[in-house]
Amino acid sequence: MDLSNYLLMKPELSLTAVFLLLIIYDLFASDKTKKYYFPVACLLFLVHTVYCFFLLKEEGTSFGGMYIAGQAQAAIKCILNVGVFMIFLQANNWLSKPDAIVKRGEFFMLTVLTLLGMYFMISSGNFLIFYIGLETASLPIAALVAFNKYTHESAEAGAKYIFNAVFSSAIMVFGLSFVYGACGSLYFDNLAISMFSSPLIIMGMILFLAGLFFKISLVPFHLWAPDVYEGAPTNVTLYLSTISKGAAVFALMVILYKVFPLLSGVWTDVISIIIILTITVGNLFALRQNNMKRFLAFSSISQAGYIMLSVFNGTQFGMGATLFYIFVYVFSNAAAFGVITAIENQTGKVNMSDYNGMYATNPKLTWAMTLAMFSLGGIPPTAGFFSKLFVFSAAMEQGHTILVFIAFLNTVISLYYYLLVVKAMFINKNSSPIECVSTDGYLKISLTLSMAGILLIGMVSCVFEYLRAVSFGIW
Amino acid sequence: MSYTLLIIALPALMFLILGLLGNKMKPVVAGVLGTLSLAVITVVAYITGYEYFFGGVGKAGGEAFQSIIPLNFEWLRFTEHLHIDLGIMLDPISVLMLVVITTVSLMVHIYSLGYMKGEKGFQRYYAFLSLFSFSMLGLVVATNIFQMYIFWELVGVSSYSLISFYYTKPSAVAASKKAFIVTRFADLFFLIGILIVSFYSETFDFATLTNPDAPFVGTALGASFMGISALSWALMFIFIGGAGKSAMMPFHIWLPDAMEGPTPASALIHAATMVVAGVFLVARLFPIYFFGTPEVLTIIGYIGAITAAYAAMVACAQTDIKRVLAFSTISQIAYMITAMGVSGYGGHDGLGYMASLFHLFTHAFFKALLFLGAGAIIHAVHSNEMKDMGGLKKYMPIARWTFLIACLAIAGIFPFSGFFSKDEIMVAAFHHDKVIFTILYIVAGLTAFYMFRLYYRIFHYENDKHYHHAPHDAGATMSIPLIILAIFSIFSGFVPFSELITADRLPFEAHIDIPIASASIAVALVGIGIATVMYRKKTNMADKFIAMFPWLYKGAANRFYFDEMWLFVTRKIIFNCISRPIAWFDRHIVDAFMDSLAHVTNAASDKIKGLQSGHIQQYALVYLVGALLFVAAFALCVVCFICK
Repeated sequence: MDLSNYLLMKPELSLTAVFLLLIIYDLFASDKTKKYYFPVACLLFLVHTVYCFFLLKEEGTSFGGMYIAGQAQAAIKCILNVGVFMIFLQANNWLSKPDAIVKRGEFFMLTVLTLLGMYFMISSGNFLIFYIGLETASLPIAALVAFNKYTHESAEAGAKYIFNAVFSSAIMVFGLSFVYGACGSLYFDNLAISMFSSPLIIMGMILFLAGLFFKISLVPFHLWAPDVYEGAPTNVTLYLSTISKGAAVFALMVILYKVFPLLSGVWTDVISIIIILTITVGNLFALRQNNMKRFLAFSSISQAGYIMLSVFNGTQFGMGATLFYIFVYVFSNAAAFGVITAIENQTGKVNMSDYNGMYATNPKLTWAMTLAMFSLGGIPPTAGFFSKLFVFSAAMEQGHTILVFIAFLNTVISLYYYLLVVKAMFINKNSSPIECVSTDGYLKISLTLSMAGILLIGMVSCVFEYLRAVSFGIW
Repeated sequence: MSYTLLIIALPALMFLILGLLGNKMKPVVAGVLGTLSLAVITVVAYITGYEYFFGGVGKAGGEAFQSIIPLNFEWLRFTEHLHIDLGIMLDPISVLMLVVITTVSLMVHIYSLGYMKGEKGFQRYYAFLSLFSFSMLGLVVATNIFQMYIFWELVGVSSYSLISFYYTKPSAVAASKKAFIVTRFADLFFLIGILIVSFYSETFDFATLTNPDAPFVGTALGASFMGISALSWALMFIFIGGAGKSAMMPFHIWLPDAMEGPTPASALIHAATMVVAGVFLVARLFPIYFFGTPEVLTIIGYIGAITAAYAAMVACAQTDIKRVLAFSTISQIAYMITAMGVSGYGGHDGLGYMASLFHLFTHAFFKALLFLGAGAIIHAVHSNEMKDMGGLKKYMPIARWTFLIACLAIAGIFPFSGFFSKDEIMVAAFHHDKVIFTILYIVAGLTAFYMFRLYYRIFHYENDKHYHHAPHDAGATMSIPLIILAIFSIFSGFVPFSELITADRLPFEAHIDIPIASASIAVALVGIGIATVMYRKKTNMADKFIAMFPWLYKGAANRFYFDEMWLFVTRKIIFNCISRPIAWFDRHIVDAFMDSLAHVTNAASDKIKGLQSGHIQQYALVYLVGALLFVAAFALCVVCFICK
């Protein structure tokens, strides 16, 4: 066997090394040295993150086209790394609780494992590898969702997630089998050549896409998301809503561009309908939520609709805009969930009405939350404004005027509910606001990182320029 | 010359430091920091001035002074030609302004250390002074008209925040709003003018805009609207912007009220620097005014002359000493504007242009001195009203002598600085337009009269008044600037201006016109004489005089009801006829439409909430049905397509 094939898989190898080191540490370290488990895990992952930045330029294919390393793939992996790193930093307080401390190693290992699955999804050049990656990514997530297994909601969410995921996987493989049956190959390159327009292939493609839409939680495949997001531990919710979504969006984009360019007429229409449904339904549900996690679940559904605006236009600019949107979204959501985590860990409160008058007691957290909401809503000069701008202009470029108009109207609605949170914190009166919450150093670093990201990514134009330069399109 | 960047960068930095960290420092530290940074800037500005005028930098290309641009970078590009740059341009007038602004600003910084001591918000005051210095310096070195406009607005903002420095006083807040709204209204015209000009010239750069041979001049003159050429409209609009900042009629109403701000800030902004921005603007665009639209220049001349006369008359009847100075400022700036209006181009014809800037130069020093002196007096007697003063000469010798020097300078008595600059203006007006000359001549007499009325009422005019605490001269920080400015007021007239700053940038020979000079000294002496008789001692002559012309006095005391006219136009006409209907439309049509949208959205949100039931059987069903619907729809489409 030619081992040189593995040389291209440096991010995966590095991540596997992190995973193995974490297992060994968890299994063999004495209780005394385990005290340092959290910082060591963060440090290890940081090393991996930094290492991946040096791999941005690697390109090539190995295992006969099953594995593809490209600059766009490297970029999205780095984005996910940064996101996961911030999630790790936020988890300390939660993992230090008595019922979680014994299994804190599992949290890191499972998260790293799902990330590894996503890496394979992203870099796959063959549906088999893709499917293995997808399953590697989704099964540990079910365990993560049910991490607080003695609480009712967490266990229920885990069950709901695994049922839905299995169901969608089944449909997805069912769809794939049609495509395979019609074209006789699972390699992306071969499929693109032998692709033709027939009802059978279209059926296969749509069923396959439905599986990915489930991951991205697009309407009508989204129903699992709010229940699972609400029940899962907050850090896992953040993981689900950003990392898992970002990876799936990228994989979807690669497959659309590489495998189904010939059917672009069909999937463009499918996605157009789904975008309208997703943005509108997501927004309408988000309007009336009181639970912050559920609220952000619906917000993330509508955000996914916005991402699709640039996914489906099939140009290099579109892919650049998508990558940028994911990048910004990771930071904005990390900030919002960081604040929720901090408050939930200390007070157990997750309702928007609990946040009333929070500015008086927690000005810093309030500002962090405000910035996050501004960025999600797309208010300049936060990065969220720029990401929305690029996404809209990508869709406009292809002449989807009506679609952009509908999306634009929906931003107004979304602005309303994002500002509801801001209003609650600053304006609403409350005789007993949340007491002053003290955050640990790791969470502070994570919040600072995300603040800096929200404020800077949009301004520093080289970020977008880079992401666009590494992207590719159908045309 | 790239070190000139320091002149802009340092005050900007200082504003950030003092504005953000000011409250963490002791007040004294903030004050000294601000003052020191300004001292550095002043030194740099002086070096720049020396290098430019005498060190050969300015005349590198021959006899005439050149515009040099040490720094310039492109900030925003619209089209191939049209782009906004930010940079620094040095030419005679911008270097002159650098020197004037930094000098006066430094004096004000030092003076304020004493004057503002113990005030709440001392650090904020210095932060805003730095912001003002930054924006004013940026305005004068602008390389293009858009950069100038940006800094023009920044100047307005810093003026606004300094006027409302005592923001707990309702009158100060009202005054700041008035100043901002009035000047902003005028600036709207400025912006329209800029847009018209740049539409034809496709550039914002002064290099093109001040070149009367540039091709756009012809096209802009050719295009006409309502019988007046586009260029005339544009330049008239631009001048309106300048008139707003320089408090020309009818935009002068904000300046007297602006005296609500701290007195040193008034000295800096509302006497010496910001209010002459209009003069600077006309001077900057002078070639295009002169060759392109001489009729606009004539209008400018008349507006100036009328404003000068109006303000001088009003100044005679004011009793608040700062308001007297405010109207005197309006009147003196009107002199400068008039001089621009009566100027020619090239050689001795360009006397008006030179005289205007000369007067700007000398006026900055003696008017700043008057304001700072008034500040010292107010500091001592805790009142702005003349009736609370009188007989102060024995208590405050420094303030008295410096004030007297400034009064003599503004009255135009030889050999004080005002004499030289005013004389040149008179000569230029005499050769150009006898009507304007006559007005200016009378105003010169009035000026002498009201300034000495002020002087006598403050320092002589023994009334049987007893001060609670004996007033005394202020400490060194306040007295030293007075003395320095007094020295400037005496000697700045001897600067050989006609060799340095001229319309065509070539030196010419200017000499004192003996008949006109003696005539204007004579009328000034008459004014001083009348003031001496009426106000030196407490007599009832002034009352008798008022009784003779009651309507004139009443009109002047009420500023000829200009404020009321503006109020009538805004409150009665604009509010009732335009604003109210629009507000109604906004509330009942626009808002109602938006509200109903919101209601519909909310109702829809409530209705569909039930779909999220929590049953996973239902979730799976929706998933499957959704996917199959898509399949059915699109596969059928393809089937139909194939069948066809």
